[in-house]
Amino acid sequence: MATSESSQTTGEDSYRGASTSRRGFLFRVALLLNLLLLAAFALPIVGYLLSPLRRAAFLKWISLGPATAFPENQTRLAVYKNPFRQPTDGGSADIPCWVRRLTSDSFQVFSTNCSHLGCPVRWFPESELFMCPCHGGTFHADGARASGPPPRGLYVYPSKVENGELWINAGEMPLMTLPKP
Amino acid sequence: MAKLDTWRLAIGQWWRQRLGVTAYGNAYRVPRSSISWAYVFGSAAFVLLLLEFVTGLCLALVYSPSADDAWQSLLYLNHQQPFGWYLRALHFWGSNFLIALLVLHLLQVFVLGSYKYPRELTWISGVLLLLLTLGMALTGEVLRFDQESYWDLAIGFALAGRTPLIGRWLVHFLMGGPIIGGATLMRMFLMHALLLPAAIIGLTGLHLLLAYRLGISEWPMPGRIVKRETYLANYRMVLDREGEPLIPQGLRKDLFFAAVIIAALIVTAAVMGPKGPNGPPNPSIVRTRPHPDFFFLWMEALMGLLPSWLDTPFALIVLPILIIGLIALPLISPVGERDALRRPLSMVIATVVVTALIVTTWLGTYDPWSQDMNAWSGTPTPVEYLKGRTPLEIQGAILIQAKQCRNCHSLGGTGGMRGPALDTTATRLTRNELIRQILQGGGNMPAYGKALKPAEVAAIVAFLATMHPPNVPPARDSAQPTTAPATGE
Repeated sequence: MATSESSQTTGEDSYRGASTSRRGFLFRVALLLNLLLLAAFALPIVGYLLSPLRRAAFLKWISLGPATAFPENQTRLAVYKNPFRQPTDGGSADIPCWVRRLTSDSFQVFSTNCSHLGCPVRWFPESELFMCPCHGGTFHADGARASGPPPRGLYVYPSKVENGELWINAGEMPLMTLPKP
Repeated sequence: MAKLDTWRLAIGQWWRQRLGVTAYGNAYRVPRSSISWAYVFGSAAFVLLLLEFVTGLCLALVYSPSADDAWQSLLYLNHQQPFGWYLRALHFWGSNFLIALLVLHLLQVFVLGSYKYPRELTWISGVLLLLLTLGMALTGEVLRFDQESYWDLAIGFALAGRTPLIGRWLVHFLMGGPIIGGATLMRMFLMHALLLPAAIIGLTGLHLLLAYRLGISEWPMPGRIVKRETYLANYRMVLDREGEPLIPQGLRKDLFFAAVIIAALIVTAAVMGPKGPNGPPNPSIVRTRPHPDFFFLWMEALMGLLPSWLDTPFALIVLPILIIGLIALPLISPVGERDALRRPLSMVIATVVVTALIVTTWLGTYDPWSQDMNAWSGTPTPVEYLKGRTPLEIQGAILIQAKQCRNCHSLGGTGGMRGPALDTTATRLTRNELIRQILQGGGNMPAYGKALKPAEVAAIVAFLATMHPPNVPPARDSAQPTTAPATGE
């Protein structure tokens, strides 16, 4: 019993001795070196993978064309190419929005994504309602929640009229469920 | 012949030595009671998994995982690539069959209590395999990159975005950018074709290895209690007393069942054809109706039926707890009775969960919580509701179509089911109540006050006041005298 114990503590090759021996020290140095190099290797990969998070908000002013294209007291669908896109996005970068013109220079631009779970709402001029095809949500002409599961009204893009063109501040899918940036 | 046998033995010996396997094939024994039709689902699922790998590999030869032309490549597969439509159908229906078999396999193992000691890890790896396969179904639906899959993704991301604190980054990371696009599809493609299959192959290997090393569980008997101290010795005794060789006895029923499943799959795929693609994945086409694939209909039903304040707690708290509970089941009850009738609580829980899944899936197939977006223009008012009506009442019927009332309200069994059917409205609401309901809404109905002129409201109410069966009088205000007939104002 005693001999086996002593051979364990004094034997240089044994695992227990590794913390004090020269070999054990070199092993640890090599391990540390590998971990450091691995971190150096991994950093750019993490940066590459997390590139979609490089900015808190993807927003740009986009022109929806001449303001005269939208008749007063009507709500029309407008489509823009998303300013943040990749070459292979194709038609999926054609982002729609509902443009409501109240008077000559008063506009409301709504997201088409329902504030409940993001389904595309459709405008019905006869009943002056936006209806969602998914879970039965409806919204009034001014985007306010009318009925159904949506917890709030439609997202309203910041908009302005400059040089006769209607501009909105957009660039990311306006899912109302996301926490604010 | 004798020489052939020697060769066979030598080859078998070579493999057994290198794999460290003590017995295989006709030397490996299973309990006679486990040679049952209840034990055939796992092996059939394995066969289908192999078929999914083969068809998936073939489809990937032609499919283009780019948002710009994935849809075109699906059309090419359907219409130009020889047998492309058939392989797509096999892959789609195969995945449906596979998930159905995995669910049956899980239920069988649960009911027979086979997950108990020493097979805990077999159960855990099996549940993980089911979850990974559902992940394959989800990402596979995205690869069918059409309108439906675009909007199903949007719903999924909207739900994921509700994760507290990190929701926004999570969604942007999963989408690969600020919108659903090329980066999103590529992510889903790599998940579907690389990462998830790798995990499935690894876990299937572990699952089979465990099944081989721990043996197939014997049929449970009431009173034969699983104890850590005695189970292994008892199991060895069962094998000694009434063990049968795996080949041919043990695999006989599995082979027959697998053949039936393959035949059913071939016929289903040939008759039903591939699913989709429907419209192109362009969000500016807002005239669309998102609908998840079959195995996620229950989720859609819950999102449509739960009060909206419960959506998030269910998806982010209750569902994960249920899944973790399912994974950890053998750790919660590793020993004890295996017989179903001696485990009443387990059976009640299983019955409730299975019934809930079946009912919500069934509701999901006709989603009564959704508007029928085309009913107002596409579903006419039944003729019998217009016969003998005054011009004012008929004007009301026209307005009920024109103002999209039919999108939520049915007449004669057609139209939306979101709101109550209008066929017997007059038996429930008086004229004043009808006016109030139309103008102010409430109870899931939007207020129409701004969208209707007083004359239009009068016409609609005049029509609705006629909506009662001939033998049932219309509702009337109990505070008013009944001298005059309630309808003849």
